[in-house]
Amino acid sequence: MDEYFHSVRLIASRCKGCVNCTKRCPTEAIRIRGGKAQIIESRCIDCGECIRHCSSHAKAAVTDSLADLALYKINIALPAPSLYAQFSLEFSIKTLLGGLLKLGFDEVFEVARGAEIVSLMIKEYLTRQDIKRPAISTACPAVVRLIQVKFPELIENLVTIDAPVEVAAQLVRAECTQKYHLTADEVGVWFITPCPAKMTACKQPLGSEKSNITGAIAISQIYGDLLKVLSQADEKVDCNSASWVGIGWAIAGGETSAVEVGNKLVVHEINNVSSVLEQVAMGKLNDIDYIETLACAGGCIGGPLTVENRFVAEARMKQRMEKIKNEYQVSGRSPLTEYHNDELRMSEWQAIEPRPILLLDENILKAMEKVELIEKILDGLPGLDCGSCGSPHCKALAEDIAQGRASETDCLFKLRERVRDLAQEMIALAEKLPPSLAKESEKSEE
Amino acid sequence: MTSRQEIILEFELQASNFDVAGEASSKTKRVLQQIGVRADVIRRIAISAYEGEMNTIIHSLGGTMRVIIFPDRTEIRFEDQGPGIADINLAMQEGYSTAPDYVRKMGFGAGMGLPNMARCTDTFDIQSEVGVGTKIMMVVFHSS
Repeated sequence: MDEYFHSVRLIASRCKGCVNCTKRCPTEAIRIRGGKAQIIESRCIDCGECIRHCSSHAKAAVTDSLADLALYKINIALPAPSLYAQFSLEFSIKTLLGGLLKLGFDEVFEVARGAEIVSLMIKEYLTRQDIKRPAISTACPAVVRLIQVKFPELIENLVTIDAPVEVAAQLVRAECTQKYHLTADEVGVWFITPCPAKMTACKQPLGSEKSNITGAIAISQIYGDLLKVLSQADEKVDCNSASWVGIGWAIAGGETSAVEVGNKLVVHEINNVSSVLEQVAMGKLNDIDYIETLACAGGCIGGPLTVENRFVAEARMKQRMEKIKNEYQVSGRSPLTEYHNDELRMSEWQAIEPRPILLLDENILKAMEKVELIEKILDGLPGLDCGSCGSPHCKALAEDIAQGRASETDCLFKLRERVRDLAQEMIALAEKLPPSLAKESEKSEE
Repeated sequence: MTSRQEIILEFELQASNFDVAGEASSKTKRVLQQIGVRADVIRRIAISAYEGEMNTIIHSLGGTMRVIIFPDRTEIRFEDQGPGIADINLAMQEGYSTAPDYVRKMGFGAGMGLPNMARCTDTFDIQSEVGVGTKIMMVVFHSS
């Protein structure tokens, strides 16, 4: 049986038991029980919507910290390109990378470089005749999990290529174990990320058994520390720095630009992604070759673990990309056009399993009975979707009741109806005295 | 508690109502997921239901979609009030479409609807009379 690791967690002391996260969750994975939000592990896709919308800041992502670096002989930082958008252009990318070296990392390897390689791999993949169209990107693990849970029939559309950070981790591990003569467990590889789903993917990777990444540190966690050292940081000059092709992956549309595919579609924000995937499932988008699906509005720069407003971040990112384009033009350099397969010892892609959360019962006859029962219960509920019962909406409560996880009186309105009915019964009873007692009017006549 | 051997879903489909177009197929798909029908079978049922639903909305004067889900199979019936299909063989040809321009601009009308439905289902029966209406009956077996 699966053990679910989730990076999204509740800070119970701050939780007020309000309905905000419950109603925002795209997989209806949250219930309020005992005045606190509870995450149903099998349904959670780690998209971080609840982190984004909790007004009490009671939701957070489990993150490793700089203190963990002490456990390893050599530590490598893998900054996601979104990191560059968190800082103003007064700090060059080279300064930011140099800053990371001041925080205790021995080496820095841009995830954007992994993204460039993956772009070439995807471009090659899309020339194959045997793949299902539209092909769906696997760059966003929250979307992959959404597909496992809500659109399992689309698993076969997923592109079977590792995420850029995994490719980057593999390359840098190989480089460093050779350079420093160390074993794998002496090297710490740390992903600096805007994304809780990526954190989960490090511990429970999709498509492979084990990740090359040791742990993940949230951008919001490291931001303050990095800002403090930037003024004293040396620029890290690297002849292999990433081009705009890889860096562009951080904004929505960057991946498809990098892949240079014909008919493409870019969708971002988890509910939009759901609607589009629904259409793909109906067979509607067959003329599209490739869909870039991102759970966060704006792309990774809009991730729940970023610091900067996503519009500001997007503008900065585009400026940085322009700057690099100009530098390349001046120096006559061009972005990566080929990669070496033997450098990447890509292991066999492990099939992604469906996680059918909608299934009501293993036995089909019992499941059919429950479908009818849910309809019946739903008919009797007020249909206000208020969330007061602790379920996101009436339909979810109806299912919870049918599955024995809740009762009808959890619904405030049903409870009020019952109280009113009981009150009316009591009034009726109060007016009926047994014949053996004297009536009030006769007593006063005496 | 007696176990019901079937789940019946009925949908009214209004001509040219694109606001709700696709909802009937989505709801059908959801029920199939709730009872655990295999993903690839659901895909075929969803596609044929969707094509039939869109056909009714685009081409007919209005009609109904009736889905009967049994433990081992799903039956879908479409019935509309006209205008009827003059030449069924022609309509079943891939690429042949009578969709008006505004519909093609919305991305529909590729002429693949009926052929897709016949291809995705295990049995497919279509009857039509000009001036009266069209009846379609399809069955998909859950173990196919």
